[in-house]
Amino acid sequence: MRAAAADRAQSPSAIYLICAVAWLIPGAGHLWLGRRQKGVVFLAALTLMFAFGLWLEGRLFPFEITQPLVVLAAIADLGIGGPYLVAKALGAGAGRVVAITYEYGNTFVIVAGLLNMLVVLDVFDIAKGRK
Amino acid sequence: MTSHIGLMLVFSAAVSIVFAVLARDEPKQQIALGARLFGGFVGAGILIGWLLYPLPL
Repeated sequence: MRAAAADRAQSPSAIYLICAVAWLIPGAGHLWLGRRQKGVVFLAALTLMFAFGLWLEGRLFPFEITQPLVVLAAIADLGIGGPYLVAKALGAGAGRVVAITYEYGNTFVIVAGLLNMLVVLDVFDIAKGRK
Repeated sequence: MTSHIGLMLVFSAAVSIVFAVLARDEPKQQIALGARLFGGFVGAGILIGWLLYPLPL
């Protein structure tokens, strides 16, 4: 069920603020716009997916401009927003390349970031009044 | 939990949930789409795994 807040288009500055919050906290944009069920699911699923990737000894890739594929992975990692910043601050995500789950962990972390980017785009559409 | 199939199931479940909730508004439709996506991911994973089996990788 759609909440009234989500049924009308937001002002341009509010749209970008909502998108920034949606990026920083997965699901927060939907919660802001009154779509509680979606917001709670995104918050739980994406945060757990990211944490699971770190638990599997995945790596938070650095922005190494000499290695374009590593930069792409770093951008995808950053897509999860707040959890990425928290993990970096806590020194997590060093990755252990010899761990049997290393590549699996990378996949979870990268895909969680990419999915959060999709969630932010969905928030943008809702805030614009398109959905 | 850290077997290939176990991780594939967890990954498929997480991605299916997010896609289904993004694409549909009603819970019943979300569950139906999520189940189809999950089945598709797992089925495709197993099928591709068997197709790759004879290759000397």
